Amino acid sequence: MAKLTPTRARCSALFIATSVLCCACGSSTPRIEVLQFWAMGREAEVVEKLLPDFERAHPNLRVEVQQLPWAAAHQKLLTAFAGDSTPDLSMIGNSWIPEFVALNALKPLQARAAVSKDIQAADYFDGIWQTNRIDDTLYGIPWYVDTRLLFYRSDLLRAAGFDAPAATWAGWLDQLLATKRLVGPERYAVVMPLNEFEPLQVLALQMPEPMLRDRNQYGNFRSASFRRALSFYRNLFTRQLAPAITETQLSNVWNEMGKGTFSFYISGPWNIAEFRKRLAAAQQSSWMTAPMPGPDGPGVSSAGGSSLVIFRRSAHEASAWALIEYLSSPAIQQQFYDLCGDLPPRRSSWQAGRIANDPYTQAFRIQLERLRSAPQVPEWEQIMQAMRLMAERVVRNNENIDVATTALDAEVDAMLAKRRWLLRRREST
Amino acid sequence: MSQSAGTAAAQRAGWLYSAPALLLIGVFFLLPGLAALALSFTDFDLYALADLRNLRFVGLDNYHTLLRTRLFWQALGNTTEFVALGVPLSLLVSLGAALLVDSKLAACKGLLRTALFAPVVTTVVAVALIWRYLLHARYGLINELLALLHLPAVDWLGSPKWSMPAIVLLAIWKNFGYNMVILIAALQAVPDELYEAARLEGAGAWARIWHITLPLLAPTLTLVGILTISGYFQLFAEPYVMTQGGPLQSTVSVLYYMFEQGFTWWRLGYAASVAVVLFALIYSLTTLQLRLTRHLGST
Repeated sequence: MAKLTPTRARCSALFIATSVLCCACGSSTPRIEVLQFWAMGREAEVVEKLLPDFERAHPNLRVEVQQLPWAAAHQKLLTAFAGDSTPDLSMIGNSWIPEFVALNALKPLQARAAVSKDIQAADYFDGIWQTNRIDDTLYGIPWYVDTRLLFYRSDLLRAAGFDAPAATWAGWLDQLLATKRLVGPERYAVVMPLNEFEPLQVLALQMPEPMLRDRNQYGNFRSASFRRALSFYRNLFTRQLAPAITETQLSNVWNEMGKGTFSFYISGPWNIAEFRKRLAAAQQSSWMTAPMPGPDGPGVSSAGGSSLVIFRRSAHEASAWALIEYLSSPAIQQQFYDLCGDLPPRRSSWQAGRIANDPYTQAFRIQLERLRSAPQVPEWEQIMQAMRLMAERVVRNNENIDVATTALDAEVDAMLAKRRWLLRRREST
Repeated sequence: MSQSAGTAAAQRAGWLYSAPALLLIGVFFLLPGLAALALSFTDFDLYALADLRNLRFVGLDNYHTLLRTRLFWQALGNTTEFVALGVPLSLLVSLGAALLVDSKLAACKGLLRTALFAPVVTTVVAVALIWRYLLHARYGLINELLALLHLPAVDWLGSPKWSMPAIVLLAIWKNFGYNMVILIAALQAVPDELYEAARLEGAGAWARIWHITLPLLAPTLTLVGILTISGYFQLFAEPYVMTQGGPLQSTVSVLYYMFEQGFTWWRLGYAASVAVVLFALIYSLTTLQLRLTRHLGST
């Protein structure tokens, strides 16, 4: 921040000087429009490198990027909303969209997207596009995708007698059992930290019955579908294929994968760069990625990632939309991938450049055609945490699955009580 | 007449002098406190933030729900375990360290005092990083020490049974220096003549501590005890950075529970009721403690 200020000051001094000059020669003063753009983490740093081209193409626009740390971003956006100081546009986690729509904080983008030359819904992977639609209205444009799939030690899998990960749960289980026999009692076949809800969420999303029922008003974790997903999950722990540990006990998952402590890891695209960086050069040919196996064939995975949204209070909607269009163009998305490794959400961005030839991203390209959005309620993250705790009890304390899922449904029903009240009130008026 | 006018003037001056402080306390402490109390009777949440028409007055519902929530009781149990283990141990360590530093035999007192006080002023996040390695089940120094003593390795942060003791260890190490400094000051106020007289009467080191040091330290110990209890009941940062409440919610404290409900899930009405209950708890405990020490002091 301190480093930026002098440059900014100089820029604005220059700007004042030029505008004074313009006035002096009598030409009409170009009115400079300033866009407030909030972004998080590495994306925020990287996007600044993409902006000069945009500003050159739009001389009357200036974009001010505010970097938020991921851990504080949700909090900060909510406080900004409460304090009427939201930015013009922002990157937000797509799982937060239902919440900000409930707050009525976002501008619908339906009309603009329908006539846009640059943003075509059909070019986007369907699962990720759907996460931005609430009740048939579009509120965000996907910026990058984050989904979970298998990272695995290809050499160990081959030593266990398999060429590639299986496409079904049953086939995968066989491979895990074989790997476990190979690595012995001290090591495991797969790691699914108990403080992460994502692996179980992916397994549950793969089942036919949804996790909430009756227009997302009640929990549906007692369903045969969820109970089957949960028993598959628990089975991996009871058969000693996965250790019952949390992330804090892992310390360094890359190192442990390198040592063969685990052969499979369910994780997201950011780990491609991490494995590249942290595994020794000699080991680089011994790991690979693969799409998620499903209950009866290739499985779906979660549709995570971030979207670009425009806030209702913004007075610069058209310019903010221009920036979204710019950031969504395939050429820029390929640059974005080269800069930070984020996976683009539209097919045409995958057709050229480094991304088209990277062996590790190919599994993601396949998986992106098979994404499923989680139920879109503001309470979803809270529900997932409750599900995670329930699963932790089932794994650690061997709690009965029927009892645990019934209790979870009661808990989830209580979380959704206010939502039911609001829906009923809206219908009665 | 003139005397009562004098007291009235003195009283007015007294109020005037304390007015700025009272004003600040009123605006930044009393008012928000009352607002939180009012909030705890509503279901203020994300939806209410969107539109105040979504706010309902729910009376004592939040408290009802709270008392029926398993996690709240577990959090209360965890916090009690932390206080019951942590406060006596922490006071003992502080007292021990104070006696050592104050001892005539100690060399480099200044250095010792600074070193022992250093953890207090270190940020808990940095400390947590180091402690996570110290407590690591496989590579941790603490388990290596246990192995030297032929004790089995403990999965400190991974087992629900040991996670709270691990947090207690960290908290004691982090906080004992503060109480130590207060106790050192109190120790220095104990007149040397008393010790000399006792020594002449033939009292040993333990007898001197038991009959002179401790009774004279009693008021300070009470104060330090109250501060420590109310501080330890507000356990938050340690589990937040070390375990995120896990494993199996064995390190969720009442304050952590409140934070999660209020600032992660934005259920502010409900979170306010947790805060009110925690306040009532700490208030009644410290009152009880004060009464007890007064009672013991008077007999």
